[in-house]
Amino acid sequence: MIQLKVNGSAKRFDGDPEMPLLWYLRDVLDYTGTKFGCGAGLCGACTVHVNGEATRSCVTSMRDAAGKEITTIEGLGAKSEHPLQAAWKQCNVSQCGYCQSGQIMQAAALLKAKPKPTNADIDTAMQGNICRCGTYQRIRQAIQIAAGVKA
Amino acid sequence: MTHIEKVSRRGFLGSAIGAGALVLGVGVESAEAAAAAWSPSVYLGLEPNGTAVIVAHRSEMGTGIRSVLPMVVADELEADWQKVRVQQAVGDTKYGSQNTDGSCSIRDFYDAMREAGATARLMLEQAAAKKWNVPAGECKGQNHFVVHAKSGKKAAYGELVKIAATLPVPKKGDLRLKPESEFRYIGKELPTIDQADHTRGAGRFGIDARMPGMLYASIERPPVLGAKLRSFDDSAVKGVKGVVQTSTIPGFKPPHLFQALGGVAVLADSTWSAAQGRKKLKVEWDLGPNGAFDSAREKAEILAKIKQPGKVVRNEGDVDKVFAGASRIHEASYYVPLLSHAPMEPPAAVAEWRDGKVVTYAATQNPQAVQEAVAGAMGIKKEDVTCHVTLLGGGFGRKSKPDYVCEAAILSRQVGKPVKVVWSREDDIKFDFYHANAGMYMKAALDEKGRPTAWLHRSAFPSIGSTFDAAAEYAMELEMGMGWVDLPYAIANHRAENLPHKNHVRIGWMRAVAHIYHAFAIHSFVDELAAAANRDRVEYILDLLGPDRQVPIQPVGMKYWNNDQGQDKFPVDTARLRRVLEVAAEKSGWANKKPGKGRALGVAAHRSFLTYVAAVVEVEVDERGRLTIPRVDVAVDAGQIISPERARSQVEGAAVFGTSLAMMGEITAADGRIVQSNFNNYPVARIQEAPRVTHVHLVPSKAPAAGIGEPGVPPIAPAITSAIFAATGKRIRELPVRKTKLV
Repeated sequence: MIQLKVNGSAKRFDGDPEMPLLWYLRDVLDYTGTKFGCGAGLCGACTVHVNGEATRSCVTSMRDAAGKEITTIEGLGAKSEHPLQAAWKQCNVSQCGYCQSGQIMQAAALLKAKPKPTNADIDTAMQGNICRCGTYQRIRQAIQIAAGVKA
Repeated sequence: MTHIEKVSRRGFLGSAIGAGALVLGVGVESAEAAAAAWSPSVYLGLEPNGTAVIVAHRSEMGTGIRSVLPMVVADELEADWQKVRVQQAVGDTKYGSQNTDGSCSIRDFYDAMREAGATARLMLEQAAAKKWNVPAGECKGQNHFVVHAKSGKKAAYGELVKIAATLPVPKKGDLRLKPESEFRYIGKELPTIDQADHTRGAGRFGIDARMPGMLYASIERPPVLGAKLRSFDDSAVKGVKGVVQTSTIPGFKPPHLFQALGGVAVLADSTWSAAQGRKKLKVEWDLGPNGAFDSAREKAEILAKIKQPGKVVRNEGDVDKVFAGASRIHEASYYVPLLSHAPMEPPAAVAEWRDGKVVTYAATQNPQAVQEAVAGAMGIKKEDVTCHVTLLGGGFGRKSKPDYVCEAAILSRQVGKPVKVVWSREDDIKFDFYHANAGMYMKAALDEKGRPTAWLHRSAFPSIGSTFDAAAEYAMELEMGMGWVDLPYAIANHRAENLPHKNHVRIGWMRAVAHIYHAFAIHSFVDELAAAANRDRVEYILDLLGPDRQVPIQPVGMKYWNNDQGQDKFPVDTARLRRVLEVAAEKSGWANKKPGKGRALGVAAHRSFLTYVAAVVEVEVDERGRLTIPRVDVAVDAGQIISPERARSQVEGAAVFGTSLAMMGEITAADGRIVQSNFNNYPVARIQEAPRVTHVHLVPSKAPAAGIGEPGVPPIAPAITSAIFAATGKRIRELPVRKTKLV
């Protein structure tokens, strides 16, 4: 029996411990804000926080998630809207919107580690997150607005 | 069922309560509204509480269309946008075409949406006139109220619904469309309805759809187009935890159309279990004739083929005579590989077969094509297929081909439960309807100023036509009409030829379609000619465009496609192409930025989807040959712009999409099988590889609304390679750029 916390609430899982966290979140808990994009840690669509760290849930097994605190996009702004979520709206970042949960979770981890990121910091932190619609310049702008740094 | 109820409140599965209910303007939660609600058009209804329900009949894949077309309705309705609920339509021909591709949603439905809104407003005004016993002409719809200025009377729209519902629907000629000066939403900067949801992970996509009791399928498909299932052994599959059963999907009958490819499916209680079970399958295939397909060999064939004469599709003057007498000739061949769409959400759908009918929730660009394809697969009428359209996590043309929905429906019938099909990324890359690989040969005779006196271009590529006719080898009018036979340069002697080529994989349309390879060849060649003449590239293109004029396009033996629009309403207008080129040059600082230290500008100007676009791209190539794109300037004349905010976002995105295909996109086959599988070997542009900033300059235009989703793509690749040449002296004639060492 695997025990973990998802968005603050305690969960128990007795399925295949090799199942990636992504499919547990999506298929079992119906937290569908976390997206599947590649299944191989290549695109960042499935990014969640595991004990506060940005993590690719598609390559994180339930065994490795045991005892951890998981935050998904649904939990990020549950108490009050995260500044990134406000900035995302201000910049109208989304096109199709599919990758944006992962982008926001990745950016949130960045701002926690580096509250005033440089352009290079943003490139480094965000290069694992693909947006096929091509919203990168607005993602950058939104991160800078949320961080209160100039472009 | 609790799940269904939960998502219903968010409006996602709401229309499941009754197909067609939304057309009556019925609120999802409000059963009483059904009787009283009023809908003067299939595109909108009004509830007694005043809520305007506006139908989005086009698919939302990121363009903003399901917000923007309803804004047009709301504007003419004089609706308060806060009192509007947008309802996504199911597939139904009563809406007109729902095929959301070809950059035509605004062009084809702007007038219809205005008329729908204006009809409802007029009827509300007439209802108020009746209620107050005053002339209808004195009543005016204003921001969700009808007002009568003379008496100071005012009634909310909701109060007037009952009377309005008794009135005859006015004739089109009686409608009063608003003048531009009174527009509330058209041409204004409004956010789309989905922005907030996307910041909370609340948008529901095809991959998020659920039906009670559904199974998850993972499908092992034929590795080569047309391969037949010889045998399979699923004995090891059944031991996998969560696996329920296996099932076979029959192969398609040619032409493949949008049929399921066939294969062996593993059905399980989760996505993960299905995928684990699939790994244990042992499947033997008879590969058939495409089993020998090899991309390297095919490329050599195509590049040899285009040296030979082909079918003449445009012919003006006497190209042969000029070439025979010319003192200077320039020629070059270009090649663009197969490409995969790779939307971030792979193909995904859930379907249920019950009592001879199918209900599906699908990420689809074309719910009517879903109805047809699924009906064909199941042997039922298309009216017996209900297709609910979810949000699409990108489409780019892939999701107008509903093979994956057919798979879900076929499997549901076989297992007697709803089935969800989600393609893995490997499935998506390996079994796509690929953007065609193309070879193009260009030849020009040049005068003493380096200007062409004769121009010959030839093309060979597997045609999209092969999806509909297995024997098709020549290009379709649609493909050749995309920036090839309609080249508007002022060159007296001009010939275009096409050579036949057989497909070995499924070929389909991808964002900007044939414009991609046509624009790459034509504008790269122009860049070479300008360089050979040692002339400024912008000045050289302006010279090629010649005097401002509308160029009648008269191809040989075929109709000029022109996006199915007449050349009277949408002529090929060199003045508009000149204007966007001048704007892009001016805004980018073209005249003052001279190349240096691996840094330079490149340029291309191209008309596509009836829209005129010029791009100036700045590249920087460092000493290790690593390329970055600090800045792109794109000038766009798309005619009337309904949502400048979404128009800019589309063009920004197109610059990234164009960068991906220019720099890194390449699909190849060996022994009939696609070599690439995921984003490691089919890379797309990431944040540090995309243009750092794209400035979009919307050129004011009195022309009717044209396309915006695709036209930003074609000029990007040739503008990048133009810049690379200026920066490094390296001439790129084959995409992707990453195959060439830049230093």
